[in-house]
Amino acid sequence: MTSDSLTLGGAGAADARDGTFLETLHDWVVTVDHKRLGLLYIVYGIVFLAVGGLEATIMRVQLAAANLHVVSPQVFNRMMTMHGTTMVFLVGVPILFGFGNYLVPLMVGARDMAFPRLNALGFWLTAFGGFLLYFSFLGGDGLYGAGSAPDVGWFAYAPLTSTAFSKGHSTDYWTLAILLGGFGTIGTAINIITTVLCLRCPGMTLGKMPLAVWMFFTMSAMTLVVMTPLSAAQIMLCIDRYLGGHFFDTQAGGSAVIWQHFFWMFGHPEVYVLIIPGFAFASEIIPVFSRKAIFGYPAMVAATTGIGFLSMGVWAHHMFTVGMSSHANTFFALITMAVGIPTGIKIFNWLGTMWGGKIRFATPMMFCLGFLFQFLIAGLTGIMLAAVPFDWQLSDSYFVVAHFHYVLLGGLLMTIFAAMYYWFPKATGKMLSQTLGRWHFWLFVIGFHLTFDTMHIPGILGMPRRIYTYEADRGWDVFNLICTVGVAFQALAIVLFLWNVVRSLLWGKDAGNDPWDAWTLEWAVSSPPPHYNFALLPVVRSRRPLWDFKHPEDPDWLYE
Amino acid sequence: MSARTAPILPAPASWRLPDRGIVGMVSLIVAETAIFTIFVVAYLYYLGKNLSGPEPRQVLEVPVFISICLWASSATVELAVRALRRGSTRPFGLWWLATIVLAAVFLGGTAREWYHLIYVEGFTIRTNLFGTTFYSLVGLHAFHVMVGLVGLALVQAFAFLGRVGPEHAHRTHVLGLYWHFVDAVWVVVFTVVYVIGR
Amino acid sequence: MNLVPNIFAPVSGHARALYTYSMLVLGITGAIFVVVASLLAYAVVRFRERPGDERVEPPQIYGSDQVEIAWTVIPVLIVIVLALVTTRTIHAVQDAPKPPGAIEVTAIGRQWWWELRYPDLGIVTANELHIPVSDPRNPTPTYLTLLSADVAHSFWVPRLAGKTDLIPNRVNHTWMDPEQPGLYLGQCSEYCGTQHAKMLLRVYVHTREDFAKWVATQKEAPVAEPKAAAGRHVFETTACLNCHAVQGTVGNGRFGPDLTHLMSRETLASGAALNTPENLRTWIRAPERLKPGSLMPAMQLEDRELDDLVAYLVTLR
Repeated sequence: MTSDSLTLGGAGAADARDGTFLETLHDWVVTVDHKRLGLLYIVYGIVFLAVGGLEATIMRVQLAAANLHVVSPQVFNRMMTMHGTTMVFLVGVPILFGFGNYLVPLMVGARDMAFPRLNALGFWLTAFGGFLLYFSFLGGDGLYGAGSAPDVGWFAYAPLTSTAFSKGHSTDYWTLAILLGGFGTIGTAINIITTVLCLRCPGMTLGKMPLAVWMFFTMSAMTLVVMTPLSAAQIMLCIDRYLGGHFFDTQAGGSAVIWQHFFWMFGHPEVYVLIIPGFAFASEIIPVFSRKAIFGYPAMVAATTGIGFLSMGVWAHHMFTVGMSSHANTFFALITMAVGIPTGIKIFNWLGTMWGGKIRFATPMMFCLGFLFQFLIAGLTGIMLAAVPFDWQLSDSYFVVAHFHYVLLGGLLMTIFAAMYYWFPKATGKMLSQTLGRWHFWLFVIGFHLTFDTMHIPGILGMPRRIYTYEADRGWDVFNLICTVGVAFQALAIVLFLWNVVRSLLWGKDAGNDPWDAWTLEWAVSSPPPHYNFALLPVVRSRRPLWDFKHPEDPDWLYE
Repeated sequence: MSARTAPILPAPASWRLPDRGIVGMVSLIVAETAIFTIFVVAYLYYLGKNLSGPEPRQVLEVPVFISICLWASSATVELAVRALRRGSTRPFGLWWLATIVLAAVFLGGTAREWYHLIYVEGFTIRTNLFGTTFYSLVGLHAFHVMVGLVGLALVQAFAFLGRVGPEHAHRTHVLGLYWHFVDAVWVVVFTVVYVIGR
Repeated sequence: MNLVPNIFAPVSGHARALYTYSMLVLGITGAIFVVVASLLAYAVVRFRERPGDERVEPPQIYGSDQVEIAWTVIPVLIVIVLALVTTRTIHAVQDAPKPPGAIEVTAIGRQWWWELRYPDLGIVTANELHIPVSDPRNPTPTYLTLLSADVAHSFWVPRLAGKTDLIPNRVNHTWMDPEQPGLYLGQCSEYCGTQHAKMLLRVYVHTREDFAKWVATQKEAPVAEPKAAAGRHVFETTACLNCHAVQGTVGNGRFGPDLTHLMSRETLASGAALNTPENLRTWIRAPERLKPGSLMPAMQLEDRELDDLVAYLVTLR
């Protein structure tokens, strides 16, 4: 079967041009091709993943034992702020929108995004947002003192961000960088929505889109309505800082709490904006490596959009300690717990997909299996944090830090790795090494569990987050040391992964069009796909067009 | 294999998808609505929470005339697009110009209002919470009017050069959607600032 | 003495209510974990591809309405149960009525220390909260009014009470009804700037008699000891009094902690150092060494003046 390669486009290297380095660079800078922009986003995200990881390492070394003085409190606070801001805005968002950019047109059988130039604008806005943020490291007291890098925490609670408490320009860098990146992200979200609604190939009704497309669509729709409140709040902060406004000025009757509301109206749905693409990767990879169609496609679509809607009503669960009324606390607790229902449905459907299948333990599937177990735990600690009386103890403690790293590393990053191993052959034409992939997987999983399983405990023992050091009499030292040791394993795993990428690009095995024997349209074009994606626009009759092609005797469309 | 290299199925008889211009514009409008919602919420939340004067009632006049101008421009832009669809480029140019004039009158009115508030009343964005929320919300809307005005003016420039024909009716329609949105936002801002807030 | 501020070792009615509820939530989520993780593990082992399988695709199953309904309804039921218990516990803790014997304390968060006021007793102190044990038969819980003078902070003493934030331009409340005397540690748990980490809080729970004694000593005016007169002169003639108050002197600054009973406190700088004469001297001369970034300025005093000042301060019992 596998030799039956199907080619809807791209005879080979027809559009590859040999040019000087400058010409190649120029091509990449001016490109409006969704695949190149997607790769730019992803590479950009990986670069900042390394930077954010370095910042995390500095923090973990400082916290390895009680009362250490590896870095000053000022530097620690800047690392803490930059780590959070970087990982959310310069790693998570770009990598996921990069995958969205790369995959959505291919999966819906389109030749490009709906607005290719807006797409390029979106990337460069995001990119310059990141550069602006990191430019803050220059100036002030120089690199050792970490310049004027922001130090207000990634959610920058008012009034710590006011000119009275944050002098100089550090907070200005923060707010302008996020504003800029936010506009880029909104542009890209509009683009994905329009592409999905307007450029699907003939026959691909909404109910026949690959699940990943549904999920990228949901994520983009959410971005439209949640990224914008953040932009609005940042505009208000700029007005306060530059024009002397009073939005968050508690001395003039302004409210510090309203910033929290505005921020978390963005901040919590943002978590779902990040994790839903993770679900998208899992929903593509688990069926292919279980050799079965996704179980309960309509339920998965309903659960995805359900999470999208519910997530708009949960923001104040970050604020159970600000003194809301008991009714408000109860309301937000209930909605938050309710999000657990569609999330549970997803886990069960992935389980149902594997059930009765023939699971192949290729690297992408290993990462997805890791994701399933770890995300289960992340979801359950999430329920604990939604349970208000429990949260009164756990909120703003290391338990919370452990929880959301479980979501974002144990859940999201695992699926991102899975996606990289899965689609790398499509994007480059080369396979990533399976052996190095296994080392990467096991080292990362060991390091992850050392760090983040352990990290729950100091939270339970009363350790608040964002402290640059702690006292020796609190019983937190041992756990913090273990957390720090785990970082070494994770760092080694990432280095192995980067080596795997370089090695495979240079000497990797050729992938062919369809190395995984998969079923969605991107596997019907050459690897890498030609500039125009499809020479002939495909026509589909089911959710798995390549399954229909490979199994004409028993195609999917008979059953859907 | 050769028997199955062409999985080209017959295309469904009618395969129509929504227009990308309209979907893109509607998405943009949804995003903009969320931004305005936050500013409106802040305005309403801070009503009556000033620690010092002036209060809205003491300084604000209801801008009836310029509001009518702005809302009327929604009608003229629609008439312009319809004329263009019919292929009548001259009426199109006139209606389009009328839209621009009405929008300019609105902006001029806002400028006069602000000049009065700032230089006569001494009421600025720094004065109190009301000043901060008022100038931000009305200013955000005025900024959108300006962006729209730039778009309208570009089309007008092309029209003067005789480069706008019926084939552009759809694009002007999409721009018109943005203009309707700006006018609809003014309904909300007007109600919040000059009716409820005053 | 075990000072670990473990949330699972409650010593007050408030913390115990949270603990009991937390155990229930842990039980339910733990059970869910065991069931789902076992199913996942079983599927992974049972349905792995075996050698020789590669050529045949498994039967394709697209879904099942019955199964979907089952695994929707069960989580819904669990959520309903959790919701009911949650509602009850929130109400019981958050809306607890204040008994007549309650002690009133106002805690004001400041960068980076705690100002503690007992309005009914006329006491002002800092960073070390002294409260009585509350006997359930004759309850004397402590009711705290939480304010902030600058940015957002959060009050958290894990063994006594969950967190409540101190937010400028807003009044919050919490309460504690300790069951046993002892020292309980807490600290600010909302990021509040450079020295958020060293905004520590110590709560001393006393028997009723000991608490009455503590109140009595705090109410005494400090005795002017003649041998400390030189140091008092330094205090009254330098920048100290811009920020610090000592009853009976001209110093009534409020930006820094009240020093009237400085030596009744065990720690300095909101718990950053023990309150010894040596540390006190370091704190005045080079606060950066104990708490970098702190808003206490380094006082440029002659050695002699410094000695006198420390000699004076240690008389403030």
